[in-house]
Amino acid sequence: MTITLPRPLYEELLEHCRRCWPQEGCGLLAGRTAEADKTVEKIYPLPNLAQSRTRFDIDQKDQLRAVIDMRKRQLTLLGNFHSHPDTPARPSEQDLQLGLDPAASYLILSLAEKEPALKAFRVAWLSGQPTASQEELIVGP
Amino acid sequence: MDIIVSGVKKTFAEGLTVAQLLIEEKVESPEYVTVAVNEEFVEGEAKAARILTSGDQVEFLYFMGGGR
Repeated sequence: MTITLPRPLYEELLEHCRRCWPQEGCGLLAGRTAEADKTVEKIYPLPNLAQSRTRFDIDQKDQLRAVIDMRKRQLTLLGNFHSHPDTPARPSEQDLQLGLDPAASYLILSLAEKEPALKAFRVAWLSGQPTASQEELIVGP
Repeated sequence: MDIIVSGVKKTFAEGLTVAQLLIEEKVESPEYVTVAVNEEFVEGEAKAARILTSGDQVEFLYFMGGGR
């Protein structure tokens, strides 16, 4: 299972999260799925309802507007992204507990170091406990 | 009747409610899913009362949040 993020969309995601810094930036990923592999074709940078440096919430009205736009473009919601301004690109306990959609890819961008780090995860729920697994992320071309 | 579920046209029996649709579609963690019918949110107990009609467009929205 891989998720491919074309470089111009990576740059857009990075720019949005840098603009949101020191708060967490967030948004949605839309694209297509072929067998188990996903390709992002559009990102939807969205406001962080929590306006926090340690938390993000996406307003469901914003989410619905984005999903309606995806349908018009014949795209599918693939997952979401958010930034960690001060911590590594790995799911926090909060990320795990709110990783509710087993089909979604969760991208985390760390801005804690000089070089940004972006990683993708899936969350599976077994016996009521969430477990994250890293998904192969291909950035570019 | 035909209903568009997450962008896909599907056929269901007449009289289907939103709550029943969540079960039919095997939506995981339905308590954390907000449903929109024709771009309007159907929340809480209204899910059991809202009867779908042919041509309705339904979206399932998982709460999206997290952090640090």
